[in-house]
Amino acid sequence: MTNVKVDITVNGRTTTDDVEPRLLLAHYLRENLGLKATNIGCDTTSCGACTVLLDGESVKSCTVLAVQADQLAVTTMEGLAGESGDSLDNPVTAAFRAEHGLQCGFCTPGMVMAVTGLIAENPDLDERAVREGLEGNLCRCTGYHNIVRAALVAAGKDPDAEQEIEAESDAARTAPGFSAGSGS
Amino acid sequence: MSIMGTRVVRVEDPVFLTRGATYTDDLTDERLTGALHLTLVRSPIAHATITSIDVEAAREAPGVVAVLTGADIDLEAPLLFAGAPKQMVRPWLATERVRFVGEPVAAVLTEERYQGPDAAELVDVDYEPLPAVVDVREALKDENLLFPDAGTNTCSVYNKEDPDPDFFADCEVVVTREIINQRVAAASLETRAASAAWGDDGRCTLFVSNQNAQGARDEVAGWLGVDASQIHVILPDVGGGFGAKIGADPEFALVAWLARHTGRPVRWSESRSENMTGMVQGRDQRQTITIGGSRDGRVKAYRLDVIADAGAYPRLGVFLPVFTRMMAPGTYDIEKVDSRATVVVTNTTSTAAYRGAGRPEATSAIERAMDLFAAEIGMDPAEIRKINVVAPEKFPFTTKGGVEYDSGEYAKAIDLALEASDYATLREVQKARRERGDAKQIGIGVSSYVEITGGGAFAENASLEVHADGTALVWTGTSPHGQGHATAWAMLASEQLGIPVDKITVRHGDTDHVPRGGGTMGSRSLQTGGVAVHQASLELIDLAKARAAEILEASVEDLEVDTANAAIVVRGAPGSPTVSFAQLAEREELKVQTVFDGKKATFPFGSHVAVVEVDTETGKVTVERIWAVDDAGPVLNPLLCEGQRHGGIAQGIAQALLEEVVFDPDGQPLTATFADYGFPSAAELPSFDLVTMETPTPINPLGFKGIGEAGTIGSAPAVQSAVVDALSHLGIRHIDMPTTPLRVWEAIQDAVKEDG
Repeated sequence: MTNVKVDITVNGRTTTDDVEPRLLLAHYLRENLGLKATNIGCDTTSCGACTVLLDGESVKSCTVLAVQADQLAVTTMEGLAGESGDSLDNPVTAAFRAEHGLQCGFCTPGMVMAVTGLIAENPDLDERAVREGLEGNLCRCTGYHNIVRAALVAAGKDPDAEQEIEAESDAARTAPGFSAGSGS
Repeated sequence: MSIMGTRVVRVEDPVFLTRGATYTDDLTDERLTGALHLTLVRSPIAHATITSIDVEAAREAPGVVAVLTGADIDLEAPLLFAGAPKQMVRPWLATERVRFVGEPVAAVLTEERYQGPDAAELVDVDYEPLPAVVDVREALKDENLLFPDAGTNTCSVYNKEDPDPDFFADCEVVVTREIINQRVAAASLETRAASAAWGDDGRCTLFVSNQNAQGARDEVAGWLGVDASQIHVILPDVGGGFGAKIGADPEFALVAWLARHTGRPVRWSESRSENMTGMVQGRDQRQTITIGGSRDGRVKAYRLDVIADAGAYPRLGVFLPVFTRMMAPGTYDIEKVDSRATVVVTNTTSTAAYRGAGRPEATSAIERAMDLFAAEIGMDPAEIRKINVVAPEKFPFTTKGGVEYDSGEYAKAIDLALEASDYATLREVQKARRERGDAKQIGIGVSSYVEITGGGAFAENASLEVHADGTALVWTGTSPHGQGHATAWAMLASEQLGIPVDKITVRHGDTDHVPRGGGTMGSRSLQTGGVAVHQASLELIDLAKARAAEILEASVEDLEVDTANAAIVVRGAPGSPTVSFAQLAEREELKVQTVFDGKKATFPFGSHVAVVEVDTETGKVTVERIWAVDDAGPVLNPLLCEGQRHGGIAQGIAQALLEEVVFDPDGQPLTATFADYGFPSAAELPSFDLVTMETPTPINPLGFKGIGEAGTIGSAPAVQSAVVDALSHLGIRHIDMPTTPLRVWEAIQDAVKEDG
């Protein structure tokens, strides 16, 4: 297979490499660039641990080929940490810390980027919009409670008030019920 | 001001939120330079005889360094659970027979990651399928054996005594029912991973994703036939465990063996679909519950019969019915309790611990039994629980099974949950909807639970050293993977020494630095490892006082800690000379090593109230609210404690509503990806209402119990009960978990049919 040259701006820095056409963007970031905040948690675009921004829009980088990102700009969680690489001035990462929106940390980079994308799309978030907006990002540790709070805080909302409104609302919650169950 | 009980944000987070954590697959450690990538060829068939394995084509594929089969491996196949029949060993790579989908058959080592799956595709294995044993009732018949040499599929029987036929003789009302506590997947977001490199000194450095470095070291050393001192296990950051990363996986030892065999470091990180068949799974008990008592609501006798599924190769899952039996009576003071369990092998993935590990199975069983009994005599489910719980004055309370509950106020927990949820009003809403005949009905579920934490290793060690620059270093034998021990243990040391939390580093998971440790499992960490850090702090103060006495020319009894300045001072003598911990460390190493042994387990408890809405036209269930009282003694850091409860509650709801590992009759897994498995997202869950209650245990000086699994244990039965309650007016008494739309809809159709 012939390699293909890509030019991808990652966290404001121009990167270039000759890559296999099948190379996933997630692997390009992790292996070729050594940016390992972005994690891979599944094979089916289900978990969202690999979420990054592609030209400002959140995408799952395990389902984007590196060649598809050619000439585009990618932002990973490392890109939110400032020049020093260790700044928590970003409102989303700061809110995740303040609200204890992470435990094992594996879903966190994807969650942070998904929340960043969500707020860019819809600055006027409420709890329901956050929950539905994060439907493609799985977390096993937090039960989402504090991730939702962190997203609300990052969007400038009062999480206590928003949770109270949602708790009292009659709005239907989505419950797809994946499992068919074995037998009856 | 005391730091105990305050909401200290995590010291772990700055790295996690900037560069990201470093998991095993992220490592750039120089010892792993030039590492080969391992790809395992896994069986696509649940039960088969292997007639041939052809690896020649794979060996010619680009980047392939070696392709090995079981014939190449000179290690004895390990028995993964000591108590199982000795024939039930798991081959390193199967050569004669495969026993579950996902069993490793060949190992492919390549220079680059992407070359592995390419080459693995070329390994040609011929299988002669055998009939698969998937249902535990089939396994019990011993007609189709997984291990013909063992002569049976049964790997363990707990309580071989025949049940007393008169056990329920004095009960006015007896209800019995078979229920399923279904198999679920731990589904940690990080899959399993291991990397190994042998040094010139003949030692292996083994990086693994695991919950207990020391345990993994001992198991791997045993399997490889080397001394434990030759294996140096390092745990990088771990992306969730939930019990499934307790103990070493055979793959870890295989990675180490392959690294020694090839003379090069080897890395392995599995895919999610490998994980969903290869990593141990949880629960999976078929239970028969029988409950008897009088019409006034007093329960007199309870029996629990369990058939548990060990999967193909016995592992920790064989032991877990012991916990289920211990906790069988739950929070209730029942005159007669009887239980037995049989564990069998089937052609499915092995089972082991998953959040709660044996206790949720006990709780769900007794809580279903209580509901069935209440429905039979027409009593409110909250009321029947309050009548039967152990009275507070009876603690410490020894159950009929001989288990000593340390402390508890079970009725108070129920009352708090009922009060928080405004239970009476919920019942009125339910009544109104029923009277209107709404398509969407609500159900209210009440659970009462007690569980056992720190039930494995009662002791844990800690070392604490203060440095001349005023910083401190703690090494702990616990093994955090999201729980926040770096913050919590720093708080415990800071409380005593006055050294700020951000100057205390907590490290773990390196067997060269901490040769002994019990890891993090069974909600044991705070009550063992946390208390060990507290004890180490007190011992360090004693050491500091002894040295300061000379310097300050005062007797030890007159000295105390000035936490504002992290110093030793003379009591009641302001302005007199002082000496800081840092100054003492400058003169001489200031370090202690200690072991705290609580000698017993503790028994956290609580009560949950769940409200669900059930669409009777579609069977769809929505969790509207859940109120949780989880009492694990004094709370060290509410932020962390709430986080544990949130995650636990979500996993309990997930088991009640959505999740199930499903195998078809041929043993094919139908839920081997996250596209198929019912892992809930934020959209399927509500926010959680937490109610505080703190009853200390006398087992340790800080009164701590464990909180890691409580949420799961309390929420699953409350939610399941709520689903049934929503439909109780149709005569429905039980629906097995997960209460999927299909199951709920079918239950409604059956009830309507019977009615008509």
